[in-house]
Amino acid sequence: MAGYKHSVSLDIEKCKGCTNCLKPCPTEAIRIRNGHAYIKSMRCVDCGKCISVCPYGAKKAVYDKLSAMDSFKLKIALPAPSLYGQFDNLDDVDYVLQGLLDIGFDDVFEVSRAAELVSDYTRLYMKQPGIKLPVISSACPAVVRLISLRFPFLCENVLPILPPVEIAARLAKTRAKKKHPELKDEDICCCFISPCPAKVSYVSNDMFNGEKSAIDIVVSMSDVYFALIDVMKNDKAPGVSTQSGMIGVSWAATGGEASAVFNDKYLAADGIENVNRVLEQIDNSDFPDLEFVELNACNGGCVGGAMTVANPYIAKARLQSLKRYMPVSQSWKFGSRDSIPDDAKMAEPLQGIPYSPLSGDRNEAIRMMAEIQQIHEKLPDWDCGSCGSPTCMCFAEDIVRGDADREDCVVLVREKLHRLIGEQLKNEKQKDNKDEG
Amino acid sequence: MSDALRFHYDVDGENFTSAGEASAQVKKKLRQLGFSPDIIRRVSIAMYEGEINMVVHAGGGKADVFVYPENIEIVLEDSGPGIADVELAMKEGYSTAPDNVRALGFGAGMGLPNMKRYTDSMTVESELGVGTKIVMKVNV
Repeated sequence: MAGYKHSVSLDIEKCKGCTNCLKPCPTEAIRIRNGHAYIKSMRCVDCGKCISVCPYGAKKAVYDKLSAMDSFKLKIALPAPSLYGQFDNLDDVDYVLQGLLDIGFDDVFEVSRAAELVSDYTRLYMKQPGIKLPVISSACPAVVRLISLRFPFLCENVLPILPPVEIAARLAKTRAKKKHPELKDEDICCCFISPCPAKVSYVSNDMFNGEKSAIDIVVSMSDVYFALIDVMKNDKAPGVSTQSGMIGVSWAATGGEASAVFNDKYLAADGIENVNRVLEQIDNSDFPDLEFVELNACNGGCVGGAMTVANPYIAKARLQSLKRYMPVSQSWKFGSRDSIPDDAKMAEPLQGIPYSPLSGDRNEAIRMMAEIQQIHEKLPDWDCGSCGSPTCMCFAEDIVRGDADREDCVVLVREKLHRLIGEQLKNEKQKDNKDEG
Repeated sequence: MSDALRFHYDVDGENFTSAGEASAQVKKKLRQLGFSPDIIRRVSIAMYEGEINMVVHAGGGKADVFVYPENIEIVLEDSGPGIADVELAMKEGYSTAPDNVRALGFGAGMGLPNMKRYTDSMTVESELGVGTKIVMKVNV
């Protein structure tokens, strides 16, 4: 993947070279070499797991600053529904929307509103004959990337509808141009307020398929949160009102999207390691009765993203009370829902990304694999990570690929040391005995 | 390349929750070896079904995967009760799985038929009270 732009980065100054991020990485993309971590770009899916486990703040999400939109004439905020769960004692979403206008946005287009459209479209899509079941949600970019890297056969199962934020950006731009015909495309800024770095990657890598996203900048939810709490004083009634309902807001947490499909043959899994296991099982054709699968890389769903502020489970609980008096959905207000419009569909179906094998030559790859197995047999299988590779098997592979040295294994080195000391002692003893004799 | 590359797995019959592990491991290895997604999928499904069968019916067993440049051979061996009527067992929908595993969604009677469908050749040797040996090949 030449030129792939990742949204998880490493601050070498802060990285102590500990192993906290090494094993949680779901794609074994991290290695510790020369005293600090590095990320194997080919394998990383930008799930943000390492950001959440790093105790030293060395792993960072890459995103735009709010000031990045200063040069645009019209600034539109696209708040993810997880934003609403960040605030304590919030009883109406409208206060957040008003707050966004107060911190300098000219317009707001809720991602939850587009999410309700995607729910409508998903129901329509699932009525079509001949589609591949189970349908897998396309909303989480880390999951989509994981599927194209590791489960190429499941690409066909992925819902061929754009994620809500993309649809929100497109609709927001159309609306803005209608309202302000004097503005050109490049004058309008769609700013996504994102809970996670994976969405940054989605935008900076042209939606993973070379198509330019309608989102112009992606800012961190936590930056916006701190700007908002200064202006959200609840001292005046908000001048805007939400255009989404329960369904849209529910998308923020795991199970929300799936339950809106109105089909009880669904599964919702969250947490990248759980997602991996579910995909593994679907890949083995071991899910006979499922029709819809919602997968979120973060624990608890989008509320668990690395750029959020609140504890994901508390955020989810807040959303439950926030949506209590909301209408089920407001999508009926926005035009026909009898068919899926073309601009809500993916331009082309998701493609698998070829995995880089040990060697391009099959015989050489087999030879290398045999060598990996030979080396692995001598390793302790403790998977301690001290060598800087996540598992002993991975270490063996790294050695054969020329990316690690056998001497990096502390267990092997210790054994060698003991052996040498033992021999030394024996020699000395023999020498002593000889001297005495 | 005279010796085949061999992956050996002991399939634990006591631990139902670990069933499917071996096939997941093999999938990873074959990916590293650069086989096409189609080949990998066929091998891993055939192996997965066989692995589940060994756990459900035979209390576990041994699984070996031999990788040759021109084909991949999967050998599954158990010391279980054996299959009384292999031809009947190969029929889609025929199953002798106990109720407790059916409750988990297994026992649809698709195990052996899927193994045959996803591989290029398959032989089943089974003797009652002795065990079962299945050899499957997927051509590359």
